[in-house]
Amino acid sequence: MNVVALDQLWVYLAGNPLLSLLVTLIAFYLATRVNILLGRTPLLHPVVISIVLLISFLLLTGIDYRTYFEGAQFIHFLLGPATVALAIPLYDHRIRVQRMIWPVMIGCITGIVTAVGSTLGIALLMGANRETLLTLAPKSVTSPIAMGIAEQLGGIPSLAAGLVLLTGSIGCALGPWVFRLLKIKDPTVQGFTLGLAAHGFGTAQSFSSIGALAGAFAGLAMGLAGLVTAFLLPLIVALLGI
Amino acid sequence: MSLIVGFIILLGCQFLGELVVRGLSIPVPGPVMGMVILLVALLVNGRVPQGLRKTGEGLLNYLTLLFVPAGVGMMVHFELIRADFWTIIVTLVVSTAVTLAVTAKVMERVNQRATVERAE
Repeated sequence: MNVVALDQLWVYLAGNPLLSLLVTLIAFYLATRVNILLGRTPLLHPVVISIVLLISFLLLTGIDYRTYFEGAQFIHFLLGPATVALAIPLYDHRIRVQRMIWPVMIGCITGIVTAVGSTLGIALLMGANRETLLTLAPKSVTSPIAMGIAEQLGGIPSLAAGLVLLTGSIGCALGPWVFRLLKIKDPTVQGFTLGLAAHGFGTAQSFSSIGALAGAFAGLAMGLAGLVTAFLLPLIVALLGI
Repeated sequence: MSLIVGFIILLGCQFLGELVVRGLSIPVPGPVMGMVILLVALLVNGRVPQGLRKTGEGLLNYLTLLFVPAGVGMMVHFELIRADFWTIIVTLVVSTAVTLAVTAKVMERVNQRATVERAE
């Protein structure tokens, strides 16, 4: 029997898409487990843990991101159809949306203008460069949409995705405090607000800790905010002349 | 076969979305336009086909996993993040807090007014 040397075997495996695909799934599985052990804390979201695990793995093994992405792109590709699929929860809640059309529209527009305005304002005040600014701009919107927007605007899509994830965890952590401080008790308002400011993370949080009605409104806010931001943000950026 | 039907609808809408966006050079991501197309199609159709629901909700259940490969890409931008570290952190925290507060307050106000009007 001819045994291949271990280092040769590794060279073959490290360049193979199979390894990155497998490692991504394992990291996500482990991260979900860790998060459940920690009582599902929004501060350490499974996605954040997976990303930390994977970056550590890649740095330790010396595999570069381009090689990793050759395998991971199969997962990444599904973001497109997943974005399209957001139309399903929007359709499901169409009657409730119709009934609350004014609060939903006004809440959505003011929320987006506040999110984009405060982000650009604070970042400009602190002297961020143009690339960072355009990457930060769509941070409140769900990742697949934010990446598309960042790309359109001239930001950095992969960094935008990371910032969106951070925003999601921050929003979930801050949400309960803000609601208590402002004495907001209506679950539809809580859900909608979380979905708007913290997209998918906020939606998951609304379902698990507030209830199904809040979750439905969070999903609605996430879809609607993504859609409206995708159309508004290029206009706002053009208007501000950034 | 339902999984295949679901994927045909989702990818079909995405494809149409890309075509519309590129064809008319609209500054919106193709999948977002695909979402609008699917929403209109569902409203016209009046119900969600079973295969589409199965595939779509399956994808949305694992939405968080789909962000991971792109998130790992942050490793390429360590330099940029380090250069603007405090700007990024302060912007994210403050802006998210403000957005939460303003959205919740505005929506509660409008909602109360709408409820009062309906009751009258």
